[in-house]
Amino acid sequence: MKNKLSLFVIIIFFSFCFGIFYKGLDSSNIYAPKIKNKKNIPVFEAKDFNTNAYLKSEKIFKEDTFYIVNIWASWCVPCRTEHPSLMALSKHHSAKLIGLNYRDNRINAQEFINEFGNPYSQILIDSDGALSVEFGAYGVPETFIIDKNKKIIRKFIGPINKEIVEEIKLTIE
Amino acid sequence: MKILKIFIILFLSIGFSQLKSDEKNIELKNKILKNIRCLICQGQSVYDSESEFASSIRLIVDRKINEGLKEERIYEFLREKYGDWVIYDPKLNKNTYILWFLPLLLFLLGGAIISKRLNSKK
Repeated sequence: MKNKLSLFVIIIFFSFCFGIFYKGLDSSNIYAPKIKNKKNIPVFEAKDFNTNAYLKSEKIFKEDTFYIVNIWASWCVPCRTEHPSLMALSKHHSAKLIGLNYRDNRINAQEFINEFGNPYSQILIDSDGALSVEFGAYGVPETFIIDKNKKIIRKFIGPINKEIVEEIKLTIE
Repeated sequence: MKILKIFIILFLSIGFSQLKSDEKNIELKNKILKNIRCLICQGQSVYDSESEFASSIRLIVDRKINEGLKEERIYEFLREKYGDWVIYDPKLNKNTYILWFLPLLLFLLGGAIISKRLNSKK
């Protein structure tokens, strides 16, 4: 009787673990934490990808519009997955899409853009990852929505997809 | 000759003080890095991790130390970016009361149970 009971408990335990892990397989790898206190965008100076000129953050975010900052790299596989979504988002004119090229090789980054298209109105170079830390990023890809008051109102960790593009469109409209 | 000696002493003392301050900065940097959680790693500090995230944080901490920022200000900067979770040694505030007082509470509770059992045996 005791053996049967322990076998039953073990089976229940393993079924429970299997259920949790199986459910985890279906869960999205995109994490969009709620931002309680809207943070101001960081003050920084970054190198422009095309011109190599140093630009100050106030100049980059000077327009009275929404900005979407996307952290990407040519070596990042999920960045390739999200690229079509970014291309779709770039057609929307209510926001400016700024790319932050994270710890990348310039030639590879240029090839990536040539191959998949350029959704960004401006690309900044973050060669050592310090700029991403200023934004409070964990890695690549990551996307931030900045409102007209220059505050970060939304953050998406992981590759964005069609649903998130729709959500972003609703936010910026 | 005397002037030369003074120059040599001055030069050496400046060199030594520079060396000492560099050593102090490295010590401070390591202390801070050991107290910062690598947010994309499992149970590793930034000091122990070789991830991209950890290396960016290391760079930022290095810069902040060179800018002359005090240890607490560096923690504040990181807390502002990533929340309390990024620091291993969290500050005592309304969100961390349980974290700080639960072990003490459990200790007292355990002590009370043991003392009650001992008393009842007597």
